[in-house]
Amino acid sequence: MTNHWNDFANSDCVMIIGCNPAENHPISFKWITKAQDKGAKLIVIDPRFTRSAAKADLYVRLRPGTDIALMGGLINYIIENNLYHKDYVANYTNAAFVVNKDFAFQDGLFSGFDKAKRAYNPETWSYELDADKKPVTDPTLTNPRCVFQLLKNFYSRYTPEMVAGVTGVSKEQLLELAAVYAATGAPGKAGALLYAMGGTQHTTGVQIIRGYTILQQLLGNMGMPGGGINALRGENNVQGSTDMALLFNIVPGYMAIPSEAAHPTLKDYLDKETPKASFWINKPKFFVSLLKAFWGEAATPDNQFAYDYLPKIGKGYEGSGYSWIPLFEAMNEGSIKGMLVWGMNPAVSAPNLNQAYSALDKLDWLAAFDLWETDTSVFWKRPGAKTKDIKTEVFLFPAADSMEKEGSVSNSGRWIQWRYQAVKPHGDAQSDLWYANRLGLELKKLYQDDPKAVCPDPIVRLNWNYGESPDVHLVAKEINGYTVADKKQLANFLGLKDDGSTAGGCWIYSGYYPGPDKKDNKAAARDKKDPTGLGLYPGWAFAWPVNRRIIYNRCSLDPQGQPWNKDKALFAWDPAAKTWKNFDVPDFKWIDPATKVHVGPEESAKAPFLMLPEGKSRLFVPGGLCKEGPLPEHYEALECPFVNPMSAQQSNPVMKVWKSEMDRVAQVGDPKYPIIATTFRVTEHWQAGAMTRNLTWQAEMMPEMFVEISLSLAKAKGIKAGDWVRVKSIRGEVMARANVTHRVAPFCCGKPGFSSTVEMVALPWHFGFAGLTTGGPNPRENYAANQLAPMVGDANTMIPEYKVFLVDVQKV
Amino acid sequence: MGITRRTFIKGLGSGITAVGLSEVILVRSGWAGAVHPAKTKDTQVTTSICPFCGVGCGLIANTRGGKLINVEGDPDHPINQGSLCSKGQAVFEVVTSPRRLKKVRYRAPGSALWEEKSLDWAMTTLAQRVKATRDAAFITKSATGVPVNRTEALASIGGASINNEECYLISKLMRSLGVVYLEHQARL
Repeated sequence: MTNHWNDFANSDCVMIIGCNPAENHPISFKWITKAQDKGAKLIVIDPRFTRSAAKADLYVRLRPGTDIALMGGLINYIIENNLYHKDYVANYTNAAFVVNKDFAFQDGLFSGFDKAKRAYNPETWSYELDADKKPVTDPTLTNPRCVFQLLKNFYSRYTPEMVAGVTGVSKEQLLELAAVYAATGAPGKAGALLYAMGGTQHTTGVQIIRGYTILQQLLGNMGMPGGGINALRGENNVQGSTDMALLFNIVPGYMAIPSEAAHPTLKDYLDKETPKASFWINKPKFFVSLLKAFWGEAATPDNQFAYDYLPKIGKGYEGSGYSWIPLFEAMNEGSIKGMLVWGMNPAVSAPNLNQAYSALDKLDWLAAFDLWETDTSVFWKRPGAKTKDIKTEVFLFPAADSMEKEGSVSNSGRWIQWRYQAVKPHGDAQSDLWYANRLGLELKKLYQDDPKAVCPDPIVRLNWNYGESPDVHLVAKEINGYTVADKKQLANFLGLKDDGSTAGGCWIYSGYYPGPDKKDNKAAARDKKDPTGLGLYPGWAFAWPVNRRIIYNRCSLDPQGQPWNKDKALFAWDPAAKTWKNFDVPDFKWIDPATKVHVGPEESAKAPFLMLPEGKSRLFVPGGLCKEGPLPEHYEALECPFVNPMSAQQSNPVMKVWKSEMDRVAQVGDPKYPIIATTFRVTEHWQAGAMTRNLTWQAEMMPEMFVEISLSLAKAKGIKAGDWVRVKSIRGEVMARANVTHRVAPFCCGKPGFSSTVEMVALPWHFGFAGLTTGGPNPRENYAANQLAPMVGDANTMIPEYKVFLVDVQKV
Repeated sequence: MGITRRTFIKGLGSGITAVGLSEVILVRSGWAGAVHPAKTKDTQVTTSICPFCGVGCGLIANTRGGKLINVEGDPDHPINQGSLCSKGQAVFEVVTSPRRLKKVRYRAPGSALWEEKSLDWAMTTLAQRVKATRDAAFITKSATGVPVNRTEALASIGGASINNEECYLISKLMRSLGVVYLEHQARL
């Protein structure tokens, strides 16, 4: 989130699209309701009439996977009707930048497409440079090749009629939606955009989110209290686990993992990964400090700070990296032999579960650390498993829960908050900190003692001194960063150095533990004061980075430094005294660190987005950062009953389509699977269910797997409410009770003149085959919805397309 | 019924007197009969953060003699201000459930049963498995001679429901082992 939960109350209009906070983030709805009480409008856009929709001023039923077309329609309306925030767009976005003269777009494809490789050469997706290699700009926004004109031209194809044909949203409703949300484009008004997996779990997920951000940029909603682009994250520390880089492509603090092709040496890495401008010019300080945190005394200037110890990635499985889908493809092929599972339940949450089960069967060993016996830890006795033939050795370790240990978690609004230990763990249970530490100690010993060990140094020389019973505060202090010579904690990341004199495990967390004592732990701060009344709570916990509560907050001010909305000021520039008064931590250059002289607003107006080299937010993404192109274009989901009305390009032209035996995909308009399916969550259960299906209260409140079916589909199939039905995709099937409801409805879509009506069903995905309740009465049945979902991902992130696939429904 | 606590207090006379009296009178008896001392009386209080979604609601845990007595929303917490959702209300059961694992379980290849094992045996054995798997499939150098120090035979997944410091240690340990198949819930 650029903003945070309390901040929703500051909004003039909240747009909920691809999430359902009333159900899945219930307490956050307190702050949405507060905004509504003050007169804000609430818009909910969702294929299902959700609990959030029940509270909306305007509900829009959108065909799943068509968000880009809807955003295109809104962008077109806003530009055509001159409703964008002109000063904001001209000053704070790249609207004025002139684009390469060879950049083009035709019939669904951008310039540079290589059909054989299913990839683009993004050379033409670039800014035009002047003689000094600086981007050419046109502040009048009239140059036909400037970003603004390209954007206008590009989205002019998204007419209300076309958008209705793609999305199923009527022209009248689209115009109503556009008028309500475009009102936030008035200077001083703020619209908050809230999304979650409904936006990301598509083969076009990244471009869907890009569509949301273009809308927010045009309306000047970034950096504003009550605005921003807000991903509502679903696990209590999924923000923190991402920050700590439990992902193949990054190291802690959002720096790329080195690759063998691009980064053979530390110099290669720093040269290629450090941009010439933006705050990222400091990357060498963050990266070298990370190496020092990892390898301590063994990281010296003479050995590139132990850079060789850090693994360099290759091309990954079938050239597609090492993310979730290739990981499970590689496992099924038999090349992954052992796997550690830290509080996760992929036997319910993975896509195309039959593929996942087949892959798990091939492991030599699996070690799970969990509170419960999860579906994953007993995959070898799942319904239909040939237990005797499964040769996987399984270790299941009892883990301590959140009240049985101490440490911090980062919420969706980037607040790092401290948990104290209330009670001791059950029996032999230990914290994951203890397990990771003990495993490290055991391995260090094994490698030290084995003269034939392969490449032992990265482990033997690992900086790993947290004690037998690890001290969480020591780990926290390492993450924060310290000077190596005197072990003094750093106040913030400005103290990090690239010469090996500092160590820091995750630069963006620097400042959360700036002193030696427990009282210095800012994650534990509990000052309840809210001096501005804007809900910033600067003394409560610590928001990364540097306790900044709203990111890009320079954009809450006009170029002269005055707040767009005087009632919601984050800063005050006094032009006479030439000083700033700050209520949040500035996300811009406001003071000269050497002279302590305040820097006037003119300078920061030039670069309100410090992390980008051009200093402006990107309506148009240059280079190949987004693999499908610099502007979001609508493509259909891989499994889809409709031909793409927008262009001849049916689906994402650059996504990877897997060809293994288990990766079956229904054809476009497949008559055997004529119904769209989507998945969702309910408030009583959590994610893959192990945490709630084992609780008596939750199991009693929501005991059974069900499928939401429209009245018309129920009638056509002779299904009554409460009947057990079988939902089948080309990959698998699941039993569910029919919930015949107005919450879902068919969609009438297609190219104008060629439209047809297609039903949609929706399934909760929490259920499975293990635990106190599995989802149904039959112990030989697996009630996991993801048996149906396809194993195909977004071209950039490889997040699987759980939100749209094709099924049939049959009465049992 | 018909009489609320407020009208009762008001009936006692001036506000100041009422507050004083209410403390004396209402501690022991209420309109529904005798009021038992709050179960949280004489307990130790610690704060925590809810283990479910990403909102980060504050919790209060009351313990007595090392035993959890009660869990409720933290009224001082700026986000939830004391309230909790259906899942948050159930945290007490997460901590106290008899279904929680207490011992290491081990399943031998081909077996249909769990066996109970000691923690020490399991940790030592797991470390041996990790080392054997890594060393059998370790790539020291690329085809062009670049030191790459990675293994593509080990994977580690998960971490979105554990603490930052735990995630960091796992991240650090896995990198030191050369693990590149490192993924978690954020990818799904």
